[in-house]
Amino acid sequence: MATTIEVAPAAGARRRNPKRPIWQEQPSAAGQGAKTGTILVILALILIPMYSIVLTSFSTQGSVNIAGGLVIVPHGLTLNAYKLIIGGGVVGRALIISLAITTVGTAVSMVVTVLAAYGLSRQGSFGHNTILWLMLITMFFNGGIIPLFLVVSALGGYDQYWALILPSAVSVFNIIVMRAFFTNTASDIIESARIDGAGDWTILRRIVLPMSKAVTAVIALFYAVGYWNSWFNVLLFMPADSVRWPLQMVMYDYVTEGMTMPGSGTTGIGQYVGSQQIAPLSLQMAVVALTVVPVLIAYPFVQKHFTKGVLLGAIKG
Amino acid sequence: MPALTTPAAARQTGTPPGTQPRPAPRKIPWRARLRRDRVLILMTVPALALLGVFGYTPMLGLVMAFQDYDLYDGFAHSPWVGLANFQQLLTDPSFWHAFWNTLELFSVQLVLFFPAPIALAILLDSLLSRRLRSFIQGVVTLPHFFSWVMVITIFQQMLGGTGLLDTFLRQHGVTNPFNIMVDPSTFKFLVSSQLIWKEAGWSMIVYLAALAAISPSLYEAAAVDGAGWARRLRHITLPGLKGITILLLILNLGYALTFGFEQMLIQRGAVGPGASEVITTFSYEFGIVQGNFSYGAAAGLFLGVTSLILILAANKVAHLFGEDGLYRR
Repeated sequence: MATTIEVAPAAGARRRNPKRPIWQEQPSAAGQGAKTGTILVILALILIPMYSIVLTSFSTQGSVNIAGGLVIVPHGLTLNAYKLIIGGGVVGRALIISLAITTVGTAVSMVVTVLAAYGLSRQGSFGHNTILWLMLITMFFNGGIIPLFLVVSALGGYDQYWALILPSAVSVFNIIVMRAFFTNTASDIIESARIDGAGDWTILRRIVLPMSKAVTAVIALFYAVGYWNSWFNVLLFMPADSVRWPLQMVMYDYVTEGMTMPGSGTTGIGQYVGSQQIAPLSLQMAVVALTVVPVLIAYPFVQKHFTKGVLLGAIKG
Repeated sequence: MPALTTPAAARQTGTPPGTQPRPAPRKIPWRARLRRDRVLILMTVPALALLGVFGYTPMLGLVMAFQDYDLYDGFAHSPWVGLANFQQLLTDPSFWHAFWNTLELFSVQLVLFFPAPIALAILLDSLLSRRLRSFIQGVVTLPHFFSWVMVITIFQQMLGGTGLLDTFLRQHGVTNPFNIMVDPSTFKFLVSSQLIWKEAGWSMIVYLAALAAISPSLYEAAAVDGAGWARRLRHITLPGLKGITILLLILNLGYALTFGFEQMLIQRGAVGPGASEVITTFSYEFGIVQGNFSYGAAAGLFLGVTSLILILAANKVAHLFGEDGLYRR
């Protein structure tokens, strides 16, 4: 990373950058310096917090004591916080619960979304307009939190994991984006396949899905991030039972609010793995780090599709 | 560019270009069309079912705003009270506080946040190295994928009491550093900076695309005619971004009452409801936390209706500017 950043000042050297358009004047040293400085500050504002949090999660009690809090300069590194988390307790379980909700939820959402998007992709099909309107209305108006809470409770969803998945499983917006892709990009091929006698299931499975890998990947990422990050629905539907909480809620309670976790081996001060004490702060930062890691892993794979995905989406919403 | 197409627009557009024009749908009897399209309809059933249960049923549940809803009596047996809940709501000072606070927080956030992605896009667009550009884009886009709990936790660890900045200041002789995380008077600036940190990079992408669409020959001609970078910025770059800026600004106004629910709710405890209460948290606090379901639902209904009007009005304005808006005309 550091090497990439250092390229910037070099570009501002007096020698003319060959990539600079011929009509563009050579920037002044001050201007170039200001620009480099701004970029470094922006990068630092995002990267330093993340660096410090990850480093603190790997730091020994002594190292945290020297720093007097979050660690910037490493003194002693240890895996103890992660060992304790993997060893069981609320955080390890929350990680598994979060992964499970994200996986199942994304699968459900994708199936429903792809089916609905394809089902609505053919202009002038029976009931097309009515169904589309029925979906669009929910984008502009909803009953709000309280009726939703009562409906889910009436269906027995209170304290159930499905309450964290099903109410938010369909995003009409994603259906519309995907449908737009199916109608605009694939309509010729769909039409010719239909003339050749292919049924709709075959067309969807063999033609449409392989053609729309990019848009599918981006939408799956949006759903997955949505499930992974969801926090309020846990507060709403299962506020009491901390043993069954997903990671975001554990982070909220244990790190943001600074609560101790009952009956979990993560009660405040005095954590030990073997004979070594773990700084509570390291443990907290390990929770934060674990919450970011899956996002960081998924990120590079879909990043290249973003511009396309955002242009499909963000401009229109 | 594929846009959200409403049925009305679909009718206007007709068949997409490049396909054989099909016979007009209404010439085929509806039974035949139903039989022909039954698989397509079947495919939309799961989505419709979920929207029916979790989208439409709660809308029906809003009748409770006109009841004195009791959990044990249910909708059927709770007594009807007419507009009493709304009467109480509109004379409740804490509701009006939430209402004006929503507008204040929204305005401050909008004014402070809106220029950030534009400036970032112009800065990034001026970089010559593609690799450096995509590296920076990757970094600044990342926080968009963090949850609000995560963003606020990071802010707390950096700027809060015993946070990184606090520790640093104490070690360097500042006895009682300012703690922005719990101070109600600066809360609007705190939430604005959180929003900028989280979303500026993501919003930037749209502007980057708009910048890429400006023809380089415009810049070249201007430079040849003697325009420096400042004048090129003013007369080429900014006009090139005008359309998308106006569109996004208008669409943002549509969400003036519903923005930032999680962000405010998470920090409600730290700064108190005085600075952080918005209509959405008001509805949650009175409806769910205090168990006054009907009162919370009345606030929710008020919110839903005013938001709907705002969104429709915002799109109307977008149409007047000749833009597509969230949907086409």
